[in-house]
Order: sequence, then structure tokens, then C-alpha cells
Amino acid sequence: MTVETTMEPVEEANREETPELLGPWALMWSKFRRHRVAYVSLWITGFIYFMAAFGDFLAPVQIDETNRRGIFVPPQGIHLFKEDVDGTRTFQLHAKALKMQVDKATMRRSYVERPDKVIPLGFFVRGYDYRILGLIPTNIHFFGPTDPKDTVYFLGSDRLGRDILSRIIVGTRVSMSIGLVGVAVSLVIGVALGGLSGYYGGWVDTLIQRLIEFLRSIPTIPLWMGLAAAIPLSWPPLHTYFIVTIIVSMIGWTSLAREVRGKFLSMRNEDFIVAARLDGLSDWEVIRKHMVPSFSSHIIASLTLAVPLMILAETSLSFLGIGLQPPIVSWGTLLKEAQNIRTIIEAPWLLIAPGTTIIIAVLALNFLGDGLRDAADPHAH
Amino acid sequence: MLGFLYRRLLYMVPTVFMISVVTFVIIQLPPGDYLDTLAAELNDAGGLDEGTMETLREQYGLGQPMYVQYLKWITRILFYGDFGISFEKNLPVNDLIWDRLGWTFAISLLTLSFIWLTAVPIGIYSAVRKYSFGDYVATFVGFVGLAVPNFLLALVMMYVAFKYFGQSVGGLVSPHLIGQPWTAEKYLDLLAHIWMPIVVVGTSGAAALIRIMRANLLDELYRPYVVTARAKGMSEFQLLLRYPVRVALNPFISTIGWILPTLVSGEIIVAVVMNLPTTGPLLLRALLVQDMYLAGSLIFLVSILTVFGTLISDLLLAWIDPRIRYQ
Repeated sequence: MTVETTMEPVEEANREETPELLGPWALMWSKFRRHRVAYVSLWITGFIYFMAAFGDFLAPVQIDETNRRGIFVPPQGIHLFKEDVDGTRTFQLHAKALKMQVDKATMRRSYVERPDKVIPLGFFVRGYDYRILGLIPTNIHFFGPTDPKDTVYFLGSDRLGRDILSRIIVGTRVSMSIGLVGVAVSLVIGVALGGLSGYYGGWVDTLIQRLIEFLRSIPTIPLWMGLAAAIPLSWPPLHTYFIVTIIVSMIGWTSLAREVRGKFLSMRNEDFIVAARLDGLSDWEVIRKHMVPSFSSHIIASLTLAVPLMILAETSLSFLGIGLQPPIVSWGTLLKEAQNIRTIIEAPWLLIAPGTTIIIAVLALNFLGDGLRDAADPHAH
Repeated sequence: MLGFLYRRLLYMVPTVFMISVVTFVIIQLPPGDYLDTLAAELNDAGGLDEGTMETLREQYGLGQPMYVQYLKWITRILFYGDFGISFEKNLPVNDLIWDRLGWTFAISLLTLSFIWLTAVPIGIYSAVRKYSFGDYVATFVGFVGLAVPNFLLALVMMYVAFKYFGQSVGGLVSPHLIGQPWTAEKYLDLLAHIWMPIVVVGTSGAAALIRIMRANLLDELYRPYVVTARAKGMSEFQLLLRYPVRVALNPFISTIGWILPTLVSGEIIVAVVMNLPTTGPLLLRALLVQDMYLAGSLIFLVSILTVFGTLISDLLLAWIDPRIRYQ
């Protein structure tokens, strides 16, 4: 609420002269906006989560639609102008229609453009049926061929002729939500254990610190591999998804718990905490009303930095074939298609397209977290 | 110092115990016990007589409560160094793992030196020439290095090496040298191959350390003692190395506590992609066919060795740095 009430006079007046009018969150926001890279990253992250929520709307092709005549199609470009027979050029978004040719000697497929046909493209075209957010049935898609019978592979296709672009877009939902759910789990564990550790100290502290040290001193990948490999292949996808999320969130909470503990330790003897305790507030109330608000901005920044770690963890496990399993589509399972060098040489887009997506997402989240952390730090300059 | 050593060793006991429990749980996780699988395997090949079954059942304590099984398992490891049998390969686990563990740790330690050799100078440069072109490049590379998953980098490098340099990819030596005695040619060939996993595994760690080094050094560079030293007419380079860098290095050295586990983790996943003769592919394979004694032993040993590595580095650090008190 303080944001709305205090922002307006500040916008009008000179910001430097009346800084005391800004609440802590508004201060943080104004600092954050000056960090340009982080600000751009906020938009990119927002867009990626938009992609996760409205994947079917953005995806031109159904993700499990296979096409025997479209195996390993290279990425098709979007062209702006169509040239007629007499040489006049008219504006028409289109892609070139492709024809498959098989070299009999080497048994290699190649695709050549068909001179006689183009595939017109458009916005808000009709395609496969789906439900927006799982609620409203429709068949409108953001971008794609105007004739639903045509298929264009903007980022190429895989060994079954499935559209990579659509799979990346729809896979966003699983990959990004694993990050969020994992972070939520580690938030609960981390704040609870870190808080206990820092607030009470003594043997509770020692015990929890030993546990954290243990978890940090062993290499995580082999441990996760062992745990993830125990997931039976016959389990429904939702179960697997849930277990993988929990396994992945086991990394996040240790660093968070350490930070929370540090904050608690330094704050435990601050005057305002002592005052609150002398006022007769219970431990829980002191923590909830006075301690948590004073470091929540820090926690948010650390959480943002934990999301990319979890995304990378999920990707690695799924890539090895022991995390999420097809038919679940995630960025990790997409990269699994590009596991050996022969496939990559035949179809580099299988590696490049999902790989780039992951790097962009992780970079954006890292920059965002960095920006938030700088903005949340009152001593930073 | 001795007291410090004892205390550190004592602290390790619960850690090692916890590792063994977690490993045992992992071994027990897949449905069915070890003998069921073994019996099923051997039934195809003519069957297993009751006597052998009974002996094995007794040895592993199968059918008895969990803690008895655990005790039998850990006793065999502690007193006989017996990690059980890999039933996929029908060999004692001991025969399969030590070579591979050796390579894993050799590569991890080489990677550690690579990281320090690159991160320290780049970090110093980045801090001293703050906001220069080189600093921006280092920062950018640092961020990208943190964002690219290890296995993805491995795939990209293999692709580039194969496509543009025609180098044979995968493995630690060229295919025609596998199984040959160690000659000068084989050593050279090993060097030509081993740099790639080292660079791949090391990139994210180096990226993180460059940022730590830069931040630490920036904290020190504008301190009064630096100004004083400069005012006394000390040469800039000497000044830099003698005071601020030395101070900035300390938190840096203590990063070894978390960096060794991440390197071992990274090595395992990169080894799978690059098909190196290390723990990674063996562990993955064992897990996929649920050869649990092999997989469990690998997880157990990799974790224990990592903890020991961290301990050794801690002791070295305490020995080198006089400011660490042996409390």
C-alpha cells in the first residue's frame, strides 16, 4: 500500500530531495529500475512465464503430432515478400514449401524448396483444438500457416517429424514450473530450518548446521542420479514430476537456510527485536511480524537466484534419462534427443534451439536475481 | 594443529555415517532384493542351487530387518573392503571401480588447478581495470559460463571439434591406443584429449570464482593501506600482489569446500556425454539396469573421497594461512 500512497508526490517532486517519502519497497523498485540489464531481464522472465502459461496459444503445431514426411526438417525461414511469375513483389508472410529427397546411395534425406508452392503465414490463425489455461476451448493460435493443413517448422523438426518450436514452447511449462515449485519447497524448508537454527542457537543450531554441511560436502549429481533412478518407469507423469521437483529442491534450501540463519543471528539482539520480545510477543510473532519483513527482500533475491539452479538440475537429470521421461515435454527431455554427436551433426537445431532457450532463461533469471539483490542491499552504491 | 586435525576427523564421522546410510537407502530403493535379481539372471543360465542361494542370503542378511542388512553391508566394506557383486557384469565391484574413480578424481583435481590458474589472473584484471572492455568481456563470459549447463557445453565443444577440426571426440585417448601400453605417443594423445573435459567442467566454476575474486579485490583496492603503500612509491604491480591480492585470496581459497563437490558432480555428467572411462558412464549404466551394489558403491566412494579431499584442502589452508585459528 505504501507504494501507491508515496509514489505520486515523488514522481512530481525531485526524487533526490525527498527520498524519505519512499517506502522500502518503492526504494528498492526505483533502484532496481536503474539497473538496466536486470530490468530487461525482468521483461524476458515475464515473457518466459507468459509462454509457460499460454503455451498452446503460442505453439503452431501440436507437440505430439508426428509427420513421416517431415523428419529432421531444418529450420524454415519466414519470408516477407512473395514474387509472382511476372516479377512483381507483393507483401505476404510466407514460408517455402519443402519437398523431401532421399539420396538412394547414402540413404540420406534432404529437403529442397518447391518453386510452385508457398505456405502463407498469418497471425491468429486456426489450428489444433486446445483450452486456454485449461478452461476456454478454442483453436486460435498466435502465429502459423493460415491453412491448418500446412505445417511449417520454424525451428526444424526431430526424428519423428515433431515441431521443435512448439515443443520448446510447451516444454517451458514443465521446466519453469519445476523451478518455481522447487523454490517454494526450498523456501519452506530453508526458512523454517534456518530460522530455527538462528533463533534458538545451541544444539538445534549445531545439528542443523551439520546437516547442511553434510549436504554441501557431497557431490549432488551422483546422489540425485541414485534417487531419480529409483523412480519406476511405470509411474504416471505427474508423480515423476513431483518427485523430481523434490529431489531438485534439495539443493536450494541449504544456502537459503544459511542466509536466513545469518540474518537471524545478527538480528536476534537488535534493539527492536528485544523491545518486541519485552512487549510480550511470542517467538512466532516476533519472527513473523518483525524479523521476516526486515529480510524478505533479501530472501526474494536469493530465491530468484535459486530458480535457475533448479532448472539446470532438472535439465541435467532429464538429459541423462533418469529425470522426467517422455511423453513429458521439458527442455531437458528435448535435449535428450540430441544426445549423441551423430544426431547433432545431422540435425544441429536439436541442440541449438532448446540449448539457447535454456541459456536465455537462466541468464535472465540470474541477472534479475542480481539486480534484485543489489536493489535490496541498502549499503550498495 | 593436532587438536584441530582430531576435531576435523571427528566431525567427519557423522558425515561418513550419513553418507553410508543414504547410499544404503539408494541401494534398497528399487523394488525386489539383490538375490531376486541374481536368481532371475541365473535361472536363464541354468539356475542357482539352493545352497548357494542360502550362503548369499546369509552373507547379505537378506530377508532380515533393514538395520541388520545395513550392518552386514557396512561391516563387509569396513573390514574386508568388499563392496558386493555387480550382477550385471558378474564381477566383484572392486574389480570395476578403482580405475574409474582414479580418473574421476584426476580430472577433478586437474580442473581445480585449471580454475584457479584462470580465475585468479582474470579476476585481478577485471577488478583493477574495472569497467574496461576486458572487464565487460570477463563479466559477460562469467555470466554465460554460469548459465550454460555442463553437458550442453560438452556437446557444443564436441560438435565444434568434430565439425571444424576433425578431431576424434569422446574418450580420453584415440580409439587405436586403447589397451596399448603407456608410451610417449599415448601420453601426448591423452593431453590432446583431456583438455576438453577439463575446460568444460571448469567453466562454470571459473566463472563463479572470477566474480568472487573481482568482488573481493574491489573491496580491498580502495582501502587506506593501499593508498599508503602507493604513496610510499611502491610499484603498482608489486603493491597489488603483495597486499590487496593476498587479502582477497583468502575467502577464495576457502571456496574449495564447495567447489570440489561441484567439480566431481560436473565431471560425472560430462563423462557421460564425452564417454570418458570414468565414474559417470559406469554409474549411469548401473543405475539404468538397477545394478544397485555397483551404483551404491560408486555413490558411496565418490562422496567419501570428496569429503576427504575437502578435508585435506582445509588442513592445507589452515597450515598456509596463519589467521585461521585452530579452535
